[in-house]
This record gives sequence, structure tokens and C-alpha cells, in this order.
Amino acid sequence: MPAAAGSLKKTPLNGLFREMGARLVDFSGWEMPVQFSSVLEEHQAVRSAAGLFDVSHMGEIQVVGRSALPLVQRLTCNDASRLGIGQAQYSALTTERGTFVDDVLVYRRAETRFLLVVNAGNADKDFAWIAGRAERDVEVTNDSSRYAQLALQGPRAEAILRACASIDPGAIRYYHFVEGDVRGARAIVSRTGYTGEDGFEIYLPPDRAPDLFKELLRAGRGAGLLPCGLGARDTLRLEARMLLYGNDIDETTTVLEAGLQGIVRLDKGDFVGREALAREKGAGVSRSLVGFELLERGIARHGHAIREKDREVGQVTSGTFSPTLRKSIGLAYVPSRLAAAGSRLSVGIRDREVEAAVVPTPFYKRPR
Amino acid sequence: MSQGSAIYPDHLKYTKEHEWLAVEGKVGTVGLTHYAQEELGDIVYVELPKTGTPVVAGEEFGTVESVKAVSEIYAPASGEVAEVNPALAEHPETVNKDPYGDGWLIKIRLADPDDLEGLMSAVEYRKFIEDEAN
Repeated sequence: MPAAAGSLKKTPLNGLFREMGARLVDFSGWEMPVQFSSVLEEHQAVRSAAGLFDVSHMGEIQVVGRSALPLVQRLTCNDASRLGIGQAQYSALTTERGTFVDDVLVYRRAETRFLLVVNAGNADKDFAWIAGRAERDVEVTNDSSRYAQLALQGPRAEAILRACASIDPGAIRYYHFVEGDVRGARAIVSRTGYTGEDGFEIYLPPDRAPDLFKELLRAGRGAGLLPCGLGARDTLRLEARMLLYGNDIDETTTVLEAGLQGIVRLDKGDFVGREALAREKGAGVSRSLVGFELLERGIARHGHAIREKDREVGQVTSGTFSPTLRKSIGLAYVPSRLAAAGSRLSVGIRDREVEAAVVPTPFYKRPR
Repeated sequence: MSQGSAIYPDHLKYTKEHEWLAVEGKVGTVGLTHYAQEELGDIVYVELPKTGTPVVAGEEFGTVESVKAVSEIYAPASGEVAEVNPALAEHPETVNKDPYGDGWLIKIRLADPDDLEGLMSAVEYRKFIEDEAN
């Protein structure tokens, strides 16, 4: 049973979702829609047409001032100096051990102005982490309550957004963004997402979000756009091997173990966690996050044991039935010697041992 | 949301675990209620016992798994599995689409068709889930 509704935080769309009859659940202390119609239908809509998500629970932290870039560089493992204005990158706030304080999107809004988009459940922790390490000439603010966020995802997202915005979504390249007018609201629109499809994330003032949500739904009706909940968001992101903080990554897993070598820039200068990550890179990781497929019926879930010949060697971090592949898939940390595609494992699903094989990831890659 | 008689047919008996039972002579057909399929969401696997397996009232006899969750299925009455819905292996979503019709799970050869103690009528069941929701 969810916690008492009064104790949960609500996005500006909560009232609209109640009217729409969405099923609402507690997610990281937020009352969020898990589904509107069916997870499978919503998933399919995003892969073949478009889906609209409310992700206003995400946190937004601004880092502004002459020392903004040095601060972001010191606290994240990717190289923010490579960002042009109007560009975004996936990165992580790292601990001294090279593990995740959080995984984040870093937007460069001006030479000295960065926006960090962080996980809902980590927003306060991240803000304290960053503000506590800020020195002179930089201001850090937790602006989470000043932004709602909508994610419009799927092959038809561009056409639908074009009908609703005075900005030209076609001019925004992948992992770039523009700031401009969307239905009379000042918004940040980036070509990013958490589904493995083309799409946009739109940050706007909370009081404007319900109107834009309704307007996008209207504009997309003929194109097959569906409102989507966190259920479909989870199956979509897992097929695309996008990681979920608290499930796949946390303060006990390093960025390299998670397989995110691409966002670890050891050559950019010193940063928190650099030494640990450099050491780990030199020695090789002892365990790796791998994708697997079940060879028998069943669904692996977070926390299920991974065994090799009766010996527990790891745990499932995420698992689901993949609607696109019609297979049961998951992610797990396993000893690196078992990380190659084709390695055989078993997953303890309740009282059964289910055969599984390590497979290449992402499980799904969109056709281009 | 309305919980009309169409959603919980009057001629069925119901369990607290959200199964329904339809008795015809010595055979009882078992399925999941509308409430159960809606709570589970998209069902992707159904595990059922083989024909001939004994089942005991109130005890688990199978599992249904949806994208979101796994749930045990409990026998509304005791007896022996007389038939298993063959369509569900390939099309588990039938349980969502037609929970009282093509989405039935098993038929039980009832040990005692007159002993249906502890099962609820449609009116009682409707009240039960309203209470559970509040």
C-alpha cells in the first residue's frame, strides 16, 4: 500500500492525472502515474509513434558564476569543458571511491551557467553535496520546484512538438537544447530522453505544464501519441540499457563497473573520484554490469541472486519482460570473467533456478 | 470507478485473493477477477499445474506474472485439476482482456461441490474490494 497521499509530493499534473484516471504510485516520495492504459501499449506507442511523460519529479540544480565550470569539472567525471553553450552531456557526480552520488545531465546554458538535472530521490542530497563543495565566485541553487519537466518521446515526437512550439525542434541536434517559447511559456527544450527513441525533454514553469501536457496530447492524437507512466518508462529505458539510480547504480557501484567508461574523462584534470577510477581502470574492474536474457520462462527482478554452478556470484539490478523483444531481460553485476556475451548463469527466481545467458547491450537500438 | 455487476458477475463466487469460481455440477472453473487483472496490469506469464494435480482450498496452485509484479494464485475450492486453459501459454494477455471468459485458468473436479465455505458472493466481494481500496 502506498504511503498516505498527504505525505507524497505532487507534480503540477497530479490533478489532471486524477481526472484522467491514471494509476498513481509512490516513486521516490512522489505520487506519479505508473500507467494510463497499459504498460505494453504505452511502450509500443513510444517505439512506433510517440509517448508523453510527466517527469517533473526530476531535480534541477543551477551552478552559476565565474567558478561554475571549475566546480562542475571537479565534481563530475565527464568533461564539461567540452560542452558548447546549448549542449548537454550525460555525467555522474562521483564520490572519492569513484561511485555514484548520482547520475546527471549537465546542460551548459552560458559560459558560466550550468544546469544539472538530477534524480528525484537525490535532489536534496546532490544539492548539499555540490553546495558544500562550492567555494568563491559560484552560486549553487536547488531550483527543482521552479521547473516542471515533460518528456515527449518517439519517432513522431518532432512533428508533434513542431505543432505546439514556436521554436523549431528539427533544428535541435541530439544532446543539444534551445531556450525559447513553447505555447507562451519560456522553456528549455533538449533532444534527450530515457527511452532509447528520438525525443525531447521540455523544462518549463510548473504552472504552464498542465496546459502544455493537454496541448501536446491534442496535437499528437492523430499520430498515435499516448500519455505514458513510469511503468513504460522503466521497460523502455531498460531495453536501451539506460541505468536507474537506486537499482543499477548507487554509492556502492563505480562508474566503470557500471560500464560507463565513455563518461569517465581521466585526461580532463583532477576531479573527485579520479584517483580511484584511474586505479580501477589500470587494474581492470572486478565486476561488471551486464545484460542477460532468460532462456526459460519467468521474469528476473531487482535483488534476485545470480548463480554460477550453485554459487552466488551477483545480483539482478533490473529485470523486466521486454515488450519489444518479447523476451525476459535484465541487468546484473557479475564477476568480470563472466561478463562476455554467451556466458551462462542462472537466476534464482523465487524457488526456481532459471537459465540465463549474458547478451550484448543495449538490448534494443532504434533503427536510424 | 464504478464496480457494476458486469465487472463482478452475480453468478460467481469470489475469494479474498481475487479469484472467482463458477460451479457447474461437479466442476468448478477458476479465474482471476477484473480487479486482480487490473491491479496486475499486463500479464506476460501464467504458470499453472498439470491436469490431475490435487489442489487445496486456500492454497497456492500457480502464479501469474505481469510486467510490474508477480502474484500467486490460490484455489477457491479443493479437488483435482481437470483441465488447464491451453491458450494462456501463448496468449497470457487473454486474462486481462477477458478475465471471466476466454481468460479462465483451470477447471477443478471438486472434492465436494456443496462445500464452498469462505467464498464471497458478488455483493460481498464488491464490498470487500471497496474496503480494501480505502
